[in-house]
Amino acid sequence: MAITRKDVLHLAELSNLRLSEDQIEPLIKDLDNIVGYISQLDELDTDGVEPTYQCFDMQNVWREDVIEEFEANREDLLNLTVESEDHQIKVPKVL
Amino acid sequence: MIIADKNTKAVGLVRAALDKAKEYEDYHCFISMNEARALDRAREIDERIAKGEKVGRLAGVPYAIKDNYLSPEGVTTAASRMLDNFPSPITATAVAKLEAEGAIMIGRANLDSYAHGSSTENSYFGPTLNARDKERVAGGSSGGSAAAVALGIVPFALGSDTGGSIRQPASYNGVWGMKPTYGTVSRYGVVAMASSLDTMGCIANNAEDVDLIMSIIAGKDPKDSTTLDDFWTRELEDAKPKKKTIGIIKDFLKDGVDPEVSKTVLSYANKMKKAGYEVEEISMPIMKYGLAIYYIIQPAEVASNLSRYDGIRYGHRAAEITDLDSIYGKTRDEGFMPENKRRIMVGNFVLSSGFFDAYYLKAQKARTLLINAYNEAFEKYDALLCAVAPAPAFKLGEKTDDPLQMYMEDMMSVLANLAGLPAVAIPAGESESGLPIGVQLIGPRKSDQVLLNIAKNVEENA
Repeated sequence: MAITRKDVLHLAELSNLRLSEDQIEPLIKDLDNIVGYISQLDELDTDGVEPTYQCFDMQNVWREDVIEEFEANREDLLNLTVESEDHQIKVPKVL
Repeated sequence: MIIADKNTKAVGLVRAALDKAKEYEDYHCFISMNEARALDRAREIDERIAKGEKVGRLAGVPYAIKDNYLSPEGVTTAASRMLDNFPSPITATAVAKLEAEGAIMIGRANLDSYAHGSSTENSYFGPTLNARDKERVAGGSSGGSAAAVALGIVPFALGSDTGGSIRQPASYNGVWGMKPTYGTVSRYGVVAMASSLDTMGCIANNAEDVDLIMSIIAGKDPKDSTTLDDFWTRELEDAKPKKKTIGIIKDFLKDGVDPEVSKTVLSYANKMKKAGYEVEEISMPIMKYGLAIYYIIQPAEVASNLSRYDGIRYGHRAAEITDLDSIYGKTRDEGFMPENKRRIMVGNFVLSSGFFDAYYLKAQKARTLLINAYNEAFEKYDALLCAVAPAPAFKLGEKTDDPLQMYMEDMMSVLANLAGLPAVAIPAGESESGLPIGVQLIGPRKSDQVLLNIAKNVEENA
């Protein structure tokens, strides 16, 4: 399939990327090339093959629900944000 | 690798490394240095040695971390604008283990932003130059780590390998690179790229050093539930292969592979024969689909992992914006490099409704076929041999305008990641113009030490 301008705008929205106009044209070309390349898997017969999501037969890993000391404290973590107040991260009005 | 003791001071080792880093500053191996703290630690280790205390197996050894490892000294940038002022509140398990053995981190090595790339040209801070030829790329994404080792600044450096990011730069700079079995080393405290493929390993100068470093950083970590029980427990000489048979992947001797590279693979195969191995060619037709499988699965996981960068809790936030949607959108536009954006968008494409089955699910099924082909081959062979990259290091800027050309770099390195297998990159020769060429040995899972044993044996007996 060929990637269009409309596809790029849709993917940018899905990706939460507010792209400037000058980025759109090159992305149409690049994504079209990449999608063209990965489409070669069509040649492979995968009927009846089980998908692999991870390399090992890993099961759920359980642990006791006990409180452990974390190496960073609340202040360290709050200091990473641009704006905080009363031990909470401040964001623009949502509603 | 020189370890500090009563006669060799840690301060001297660290100062020499820092001086060399300065001497080779124009190669841009590092994003930031850890000078004051490294010298403090070296003094402390010297004092402890003087008192006769045990200081660890890597006492006073200076090393570099790829700047996607978190550690409280300075900032962890992942070579991105998104994290260019991110003081990490935690320490990666691998870093903590090295420091506990007395190793001293002297600086944070350059990489492609978020480890997306094969040349370190996607770094927000500019590219790293090849240790042998300043007009060429260092490879990527662990380009800074590889060049720093090849230039002799540090005896080893940490890297991460999702599709070749340790092995390809190692190969381009003529040093050793170890991508371990998936789950060998904890991923805790390393910036996530593609979680089913990400592995942590090292770049160093020889098999013994690689073995020592890996034996320290390997092992189960409650903070990363995908880690395996520690299997890196043998002496290197005890990790002998059972069959002494090696398969050369025939499909990677011609199409798209530089003749000088194929020649190097075959000459390494001859060395293996001289060292007593039975070597034969094996055809694995599924391998040529590896890159397409990888460039579906990896971007899908990248899109998911990078969705956390929203400008709210940490990292860059776009200025002067008052509504939430614009903060997300503008922050991500400003914080990511073009290659990060391409991967996120391709990932969301293959995961989006309507295309999921045709791309993502198809790739997951093809991944099974690839794993089956490996399993079958390992019934006969201890390890498989092929080149790391299709050609020696290319010129800076040569591939930056064509992302797909850049992806082709990874055609032979992504395979081990897709199957979760160990692979070691070994310096094997040079092109006529003097550029290093590396080969890789790929083995069954947990055969990491066997691969190193073979490589060491070949070097000693050929």
